[in-house]
This record gives sequence, structure tokens and C-alpha cells, in this order.
Amino acid sequence: MDKRNKAALHMTWVKRAKPVLFVLCLLPVAQLAYAAYRGSLGADPVETLTYATGDWTLRFLLITLAVTPLRYLTGIRSLVQLRRMLGLFAFFHVCLHFLVYVVFDQFFGWRLILEDILERRYIMVGMLGFMSLLPLAITSTDKMLKRLGGKRWRRLHRLAYFAGGCGVIHYLWLVKSDYREPLIYIVILAVLLGYRVVRSTKERRKLQTTSINTI
Amino acid sequence: MLIKRQDDIKPSEITNPSLYARRREFLKGGAALALGVALPVGSALGPAYGAAKLSPLTPSRFNTDEELTPYEAITTHNNFYEFGTDKESPAKLADSLRPRPWTVLVDGEVKRPREWDIEDILKQFPLEERIYRLRCVEAWSMVIPWVGISLASFIKAVEPNSNAKYVAFETLVDQEQMPGQRSNLFGFGLNWPYIEGLRIDEATNPLAILGVGLYGEVMPNQNGAPIRLVVPWKYGFKSIKSIVRISFVEQQPVNTWQVQAPREYGFYANVNPQVDHPRWSQGQERRIGDWLKRETLMFNGYGDQVAQLYSGMDLSKNF
Repeated sequence: MDKRNKAALHMTWVKRAKPVLFVLCLLPVAQLAYAAYRGSLGADPVETLTYATGDWTLRFLLITLAVTPLRYLTGIRSLVQLRRMLGLFAFFHVCLHFLVYVVFDQFFGWRLILEDILERRYIMVGMLGFMSLLPLAITSTDKMLKRLGGKRWRRLHRLAYFAGGCGVIHYLWLVKSDYREPLIYIVILAVLLGYRVVRSTKERRKLQTTSINTI
Repeated sequence: MLIKRQDDIKPSEITNPSLYARRREFLKGGAALALGVALPVGSALGPAYGAAKLSPLTPSRFNTDEELTPYEAITTHNNFYEFGTDKESPAKLADSLRPRPWTVLVDGEVKRPREWDIEDILKQFPLEERIYRLRCVEAWSMVIPWVGISLASFIKAVEPNSNAKYVAFETLVDQEQMPGQRSNLFGFGLNWPYIEGLRIDEATNPLAILGVGLYGEVMPNQNGAPIRLVVPWKYGFKSIKSIVRISFVEQQPVNTWQVQAPREYGFYANVNPQVDHPRWSQGQERRIGDWLKRETLMFNGYGDQVAQLYSGMDLSKNF
């Protein structure tokens, strides 16, 4: 099979996988909704909802950031077509996370919320992460990509790493003594970011040497 | 060969039937998890039928008439790091704790240092029902019908001398019974034994009790069996669980959470809506069972009984 055929084949299965993945991504929320309906969210349902939506925000964010490295490692270029959906699921969960906080923790007390953001660093950094995902969600459409141009769009969307950093620090700063889980997230994020940095420096160097050679 | 004759089985030694019955729920819960489905868990108010009862119980004048937190919630939502750092682990893992036989060593500045058998404590002191609010430092709260003995009467019985300025309490250390003590969480975990302390006048305040049960039954393991402190005007972490030692000392004990994070947790840890935790507000709390928060009361609403203990103290410094 030649290269072009292989790429086309990948493209079709990635396309087919998309709706399946979409349904899979809905499972965490579906499970929460079902548990809420059965009244089995535990003794403190608000805490359960807060933790679950926060966890899944981080997970989806890290999964999204893993798409490009995975694409390089496997050579399956069409994987990038799944990235937007995964990223938007991260955004969806952070919105739920914020909503739980606004409704159940503060009951729309905007003044208290503002105070919370300014006084408590873990809330501030969490909010910073949320805010930095906002422009990414807004510019996630094809139209916006075209309008911004690929180069600028890619530069803007590096904010995803910043958001990830905010997210893991937000988690780290609220823990009382068991740092294992936030540390796992931090390590994964560091590996993903490290991979991109190393690869892009290598490529830049390659580009430089080739351009020198052509001169 | 020496064959020890088994003593008669004491009523309190028999496995709490409600706990025994609930082992199936844990199995069901596990199966549900495996299927990715949550099964409904019965949330009956009050304990399962036929658990080991404690009696007779004298009612207390300090009882609140607020709605009780269901038994199910009190026994599945626990901070007991000896069994894991999340709220669900103690209920799942505390079966490994053996609350009988159990002794409590009383030592230090007392006339009568001695190792107390838990059965003797239960026999010697009258059991009271005390329905108290419990306010966790994490800003959630419950209303719990404890069964306990007056700490003041216990202290009177052991006769502390005039050097006894503070009372220090220690929890059991046993990695086999308490799996949470096996990991030190990369050095970030708590130091064992868990230590707490009270000033002697706090300890002899009529509100302070040694809890030995709840909902009229023996204390479930995850709630600090067989004997724990209950000081309702302080954040929950002061109410140390599964006590094996009570020492009367001259110096202020350094309690476990103070060692862990001295900026965040002090010796006094009185419930105080005006003094925030460095990382979160203490002005409000969520009563377990409610969706929305309510205002937190000074001294958790027990100011009439305890405020005089702290007159003249700067409570933002002595947090």
C-alpha cells in the first residue's frame, strides 16, 4: 500500500471513530447525572460534583495535549481531527466545575466570588486557567482558524499548556496533605510539554542547518 | 502446651450487626463500580436494625434539636487519615481495626496513672447522649447524636496534679490495623501517632466528652472506635479518634495538623467565622444533606458554654 492510500485509510477510520469518541466523552457526565438521579452522589454531593468535574477538566485537557505527540509518534496525521472535540470537552467540564462553584458554593454571591478570587490563590489560579480556555473555545471553529491564520491561531492555542499549568497548580494548592494525584497530573503535563519543546528545538535546528547547506 | 481459656464474649465485642450487614453493600458497590453503574444505596435515617446498643443513656442539657445527619452519611463521610486521605476510604477500610480488647494508658501528671480497659471505662462512667453540631475545618458540618462520657468526670477520677496544665491525646499506631499509616505519601503525609491536645480548663468544660458511640450504638470503626474525643466548639480535627493514650502534661502539646501546616492549623482550632483558613473562607459551611451553605456560628454555636475560656485572647493569633 502506498503512503497516500495509507493516509486515506487512517482518515476514514478517524472519521468513523469520532462519533464513538463523542459518546465516550459524555460518559463521565452521564454517570454523574445518573448518580444524581439515584441520589447516590455520596454524603456531600456538591463535593462529589466539584471534584469529578475538576478531575475531568484536567484529564480532558491532558488528553487533548497528548494528541499531537501521539500523532508524531504514530505517524497518523489525521488524529488531529479529534483534538478540537477533546479540547471542547475539557472546556465543557471546566464550565460545569465553575457552575457548581457559582451555584452551590456561593449561590450567585458575585461579591463573595470576587473576594474569593482575589484573596485565595488556588481560586485565582483556577480562574486564570478557566479564563485562558475561553479564547481557545471561541476560536475553535474553522472560520476563526481561517480568520486568524494558521500561524497566529497556533500561537494562541499554546495557551492550552498555560491553562493546564493553572489547572494542576489549582489542584496542588487546595490539597491538604496527599499530593499524589496532583503530582501525577503535573508529571504528565511536564512530559507532554517537554516533548513539544524538545521536538520543536530539534526541528528549528534542522531547519537552520538545511538552510545553511542550501546557501 | 498452654491453652488459654477464652473469656466470655462481652456484648461489645460482638461484631456490630449493622456493619456486618453492610459488607454486602460494599460488595455491591464494588460490582457497581466495575460495571460503571451506581446502584442505589439505602439512605435510611438511623442505624440498621439490631446493632449493638449502648444503654442506659442519660439525656443531656446541651442537646441541639436540629435535624440529625443520617447514620449513613455520618458513617461514610469521614476524615480519618489512618485509613486513607479521602472521605470514603475509612468506611471501606476500617474493618481492619480491632476495637476490642482495647486499653487507654493514662499517665503524666496524675495521682493515678493506669492502663484503663475500655470495658472498665464503660462500666464506671454514666453514658450520656449528646446531640452536637460537628464543624469540619473543610467547611462542612453535621449534627451527630453521640454517646459518650463526660471528659471532666474521667479527669476527676484520675486526679491530675497541679502541674497538669494540658491534656495530650494519642491515636493508635498500627500499620496492620490502620493501612493509611503504611504510606508516608512521599514525606507529605501526617506524622503518626496522631496527637491532639486541650488546655486543662477546656478539657474539663462540660461540653467535652469521650465519645464511645453514636445513634445509641457502639462507635463504628470509621468514626474512631472504641473511644474518641468530641469537642464540638472546635474544628473536627481536634476531636481525635481511637485514643490509646491520655497524658497530663505541663507544656502545650504540639498537635499533628499544627506540625503539618503551622500557618493553617493552630493549637486552639476554635470554630471562628471571622478567622479564615489561609486558603478558604470559614464564614460559611455546608451542612451535609444541604445543597447550599449556611453561616458558620462563633464557637460553632457553643459560645455560651466556652467563650469565657478565651476572654482576653487574640483569636486571630491563637487560631
